[in-house]
Amino acid sequence: MRRILVSGAVALAALGLGAVAIAAEGHIPLKHQHWHFTGPFGTYDRASAQRGFQVYKEVCAACHSLSLLSYRNLTELGLTEAQVKGIAAEVQVPDIGDDGSAIERPARPSDRFKKPFANDLAAAAANGGKAPPDLSVIVKAREGGADYIYSLLTGYVPNDKLTPAQIKEFAVGKDDNFNLYFPGHRIAMPPPLTDDKVSYVDGTKATLDQEVRDVVEFLAWASEPHLEARNRTGIRVILFLLAFAGLMYGVKRQVWADKH
Amino acid sequence: MASSSIPADAHGDPTRRDFLMVATGALAAVGGIATAWPFIDNLNPAADTLALSSVEVDVKAIAVGQAITVKWRGKPVFIRHRTPEEIKEADAVKLVDLPDPQTDNSRVTDTAKKVRPEWLILIGKQGDPRGEYGGWYCPCHGSQYDTSGRIRKGPAPKNLEVPDYLFSSDTLVKIG
Amino acid sequence: MASQHGAPPVFNNKVIAWIDYRLPIFSYIEKEYHHFPTPRNFNYFWNFGAIATVMLVLMIVTGIVLAMNYQPNSELAFDSVERIMRDVPSGWMMRYMHMTGASFFFVAVYIHIFRGLYYGSYKAPRELLWILGVVILLLMMATAFLGYVLPWGQMSFWGATVITNLFSAIPLVGESVVTWLWGGFAVDNPTLNRFFALHYLLPFIIVAVVALHVVALHVHGSNNPLGIDPKGPQDTVPFHPYYTMKDGFGLTIFMIIYAGFVFFAPNLLGEPVNYVPANPLVTPNEIVPEWYLLPFYAILRAIPDKLGGVIAMFGSIAVLFVLPWLDTSRVRSCTFRPIYKWFVFVLVIDALVLGYCGAHSPDAVLDLGLIKVPLLAVARVGTLYYFFHFLVLLPVLGKIERPLPMPPSIADAVLKKKAV
Repeated sequence: MRRILVSGAVALAALGLGAVAIAAEGHIPLKHQHWHFTGPFGTYDRASAQRGFQVYKEVCAACHSLSLLSYRNLTELGLTEAQVKGIAAEVQVPDIGDDGSAIERPARPSDRFKKPFANDLAAAAANGGKAPPDLSVIVKAREGGADYIYSLLTGYVPNDKLTPAQIKEFAVGKDDNFNLYFPGHRIAMPPPLTDDKVSYVDGTKATLDQEVRDVVEFLAWASEPHLEARNRTGIRVILFLLAFAGLMYGVKRQVWADKH
Repeated sequence: MASSSIPADAHGDPTRRDFLMVATGALAAVGGIATAWPFIDNLNPAADTLALSSVEVDVKAIAVGQAITVKWRGKPVFIRHRTPEEIKEADAVKLVDLPDPQTDNSRVTDTAKKVRPEWLILIGKQGDPRGEYGGWYCPCHGSQYDTSGRIRKGPAPKNLEVPDYLFSSDTLVKIG
Repeated sequence: MASQHGAPPVFNNKVIAWIDYRLPIFSYIEKEYHHFPTPRNFNYFWNFGAIATVMLVLMIVTGIVLAMNYQPNSELAFDSVERIMRDVPSGWMMRYMHMTGASFFFVAVYIHIFRGLYYGSYKAPRELLWILGVVILLLMMATAFLGYVLPWGQMSFWGATVITNLFSAIPLVGESVVTWLWGGFAVDNPTLNRFFALHYLLPFIIVAVVALHVVALHVHGSNNPLGIDPKGPQDTVPFHPYYTMKDGFGLTIFMIIYAGFVFFAPNLLGEPVNYVPANPLVTPNEIVPEWYLLPFYAILRAIPDKLGGVIAMFGSIAVLFVLPWLDTSRVRSCTFRPIYKWFVFVLVIDALVLGYCGAHSPDAVLDLGLIKVPLLAVARVGTLYYFFHFLVLLPVLGKIERPLPMPPSIADAVLKKKAV
C-alpha cells in the first residue's frame, strides 16, 4: 500500500511541474497581497470593509450593481440598524403604489441594493455595448480572486507609458484603457480609483492602494459573507473528527488485538 | 400442467393457437410502443418554444456595409448588407484555399433557392468585425473569417453556420 | 456462507422476534453484516466501498434539503443558489458539502475502482459485481453532469451545451436527438427543468444498483489482497465488529480531509467562471468539465473526428464492461503479478496525464525544459495507451506472465507476515 501511495505522489508531482510550465507562459503574475480573510483563522477587517463599502457606494455603484446584497446585510459589517436604515432611506427604489401605479419610495433595510441601470440592456447601452459585471460574487468569479481584483484596480498603465511594441501587439487605440492584468489588456473600464478619490469618514488617508485594499475587503465579504462562520465551524468539525478518529483507532486496535 | 385435465380438442389445432399467441403478442407490442410514444414526444419542444423558433426581421433599414445582430434561438445572428467589393472579394476566393470549402453563392441562398449575394446571414460567435480577411474575428482563439463568414485562419475547423432563412419580400426575412 | 456460524439467530427482544418472524430483516442484518465471514487480510483500500456508500447517502441528504430552496428556472436558478449561500440557515454548509461531496464521492469511487483493478476483484466469480459497479460509475457521471448544470453559471451552461451537442454526431438523427434532449433549440429553461428532475431521480436509481452490487458481493464474499479464496474459518473474521470498526476508522480519516475542503477550500475544485451567471451570447475562454471527468474529456478531444471522439469516449467506459474477459491471467491479485502490477501504475499515471490534458486547451504546449510537446499529442498517446492497456496488454500479458508462488491460504500468509 505504501508503495502504491508513493507512486501516486510522484506522478502528481510530475504533473504539478507541467502545470507550472504552462501557467508561466504569457501571464503576468498577480500582485499577491496579505489579506485579513485568508487562512483557516481568517476574518474580515470590519473597518476596512466599511471603508470599502464607502468606495463602492461613491465610485463603483455608478456602474456596477451588487444585486445579491440587501441593505440589511451591512449590519454584518458592524453598522448599527439605525445606520443601515439611514443608508437605505437615502436611496429611492421603484415599487407599485396602492392604486397599482409605479411609484418610488425610500429603500428599506430588507431591499436589495439598488441597481444603477434598470436592466442589462440599459447597462450595456450606457457602457459602450457591454454591461459592467455585477459585483456580488466577483471575488469568487475571477481566477486569482482578491489578488486579481487588487492587481486589476492597481494595474492600469497610462497610454503614454506604453512601448510602441505593446501598442502594436495589443492594438491599443487612443481611447482604450491598458491594464496589465486584464486578459487581452484592453479593458472598457477607465481607471476607477486614484489617490483621494474618496474622503474616508474615519479619517484614513485615501491613497489608491488603501482604496483598492478596502474595496477588495468589502467585495470579498460580499462574495462570501459566511466565511467567518465557515472557518469557525470548520475548526470545530476537524477537532471533533480528530478526537473521534483517535478513539476509533483505539477501538479498532482493541477489536483486532486477538487477530494480529 | 393444466393441459392434462383439458380435452385435447379444446385447444383447437396448433397453428390456430400459435396465430393467437403471435397476434396477441404483436398487439401488445403495438400498444406498448403507442403508449411509449407520448412520453418520448413529451420531451420535444413545447408549442410556446416552437413559436419562438423563427424570427422575422425587416432589413430595410440596414444600409450597405452595415450589419445588425438579432437574437434567434438564444444565439446571436448577424445580418450583413454586403458591399459590392465584399461580394467580389468573397467570390474571388479559390475553394482550395479554404479549410472548409464552400462557394460564396451557396452561403447566400435562401430556402427557396434564391440567391441574394448582398445579404449574408450567419449564426454568430462573439464577433469583433476586425479580421484580416475583412470578415469576422473570434477573439477567444483568434479564428479569422472572410466576408462570407468562412474560416480562413485559426483553430476553428468550420465556417460560421448559415441558418435556414427565407426572404418573403425584398426587405423581409424569416430566420428559422 | 454464514451457515458455518451455525443456526439462525434467536432474538430475545419480543418485538424484534415478532417482526423478524414475519419479515426477517433482523436475521438478514445479523447474517450479512454481523456474522458475515470476511477475509481477515484486508488493507485500507477495502474501506472505500463503505466510504462511497456514506458519500452517496450524504449527497442524497444534502441534495434533498438544497432542493427545498433551489428554483429550477433559468431566470431564478443562479440567484436561488446564492440565496441558499447567504440567507438560508446553514445553507452555505449544505451547498458546499454537496458541491465538494461530489468530488469526494468520485475520489472514493476511483480509489475503489483502482483497488478492484489492482487486486483483480473483477475476476470470476465476481464479473457481474464489477459490471454493476461500472453501471454505478456511469450513473454517477450522468448525475454529476446534470447537477453541475443546476447553478446555471457560465460553465454549467456551456458544459451542458458541449456535452449535449455530442449527440449531434449521431448520423441522420443527431440534430433531432439534440433538440429532443434540450426541449428547445438551445440549452434553455426546458433543459434546466428536466435536468433538475433527472438529477433528483438518478441518485435513487444509483441506490438501487448499489443494493444489487452489495447482493452480488455477498454471494461469493469479498476478494482480498492475496486474491485467493478463504478456505475455512481460520481465513475469515465476522464482518462486525472487525470491519465495521476498521471502516469506521478509515471513514473518519476520509471525513477529516473532506471537511478540510468543505470548510477551508470549498471552491478550490470548482471553476471561478461558474460564479458568473449563464450567458448564451458569451462563450468562456475554455470549457472544461469537473476534474473527475477530465480524462474522458481528453479522450473525446484527442480524436480529430467528432463522432470518433464520442465513440472513443464512451468506448473508454464500455471497455470496462468486458474487462473480466480481457484479463487472461490465472491469478487475481497484482501482488503475484510481477509485470502487470507496474502497468496498473502506468494506467493510473496515464489517467492523471489525460486528466491534465483535459484541463487545458488542446493548443497548449507543455514545456518540459529540453523539449516542448503539444498537449494534443500527449492526449493522443494517453488515449492510445488507455485502450492498448485493456485491449492488448491485459489479454497478452495474462498468457505470458509467470505469477509468483502463492501462499496456501490467507491465514498462512497472515501468520507468516507476523512472524517476519
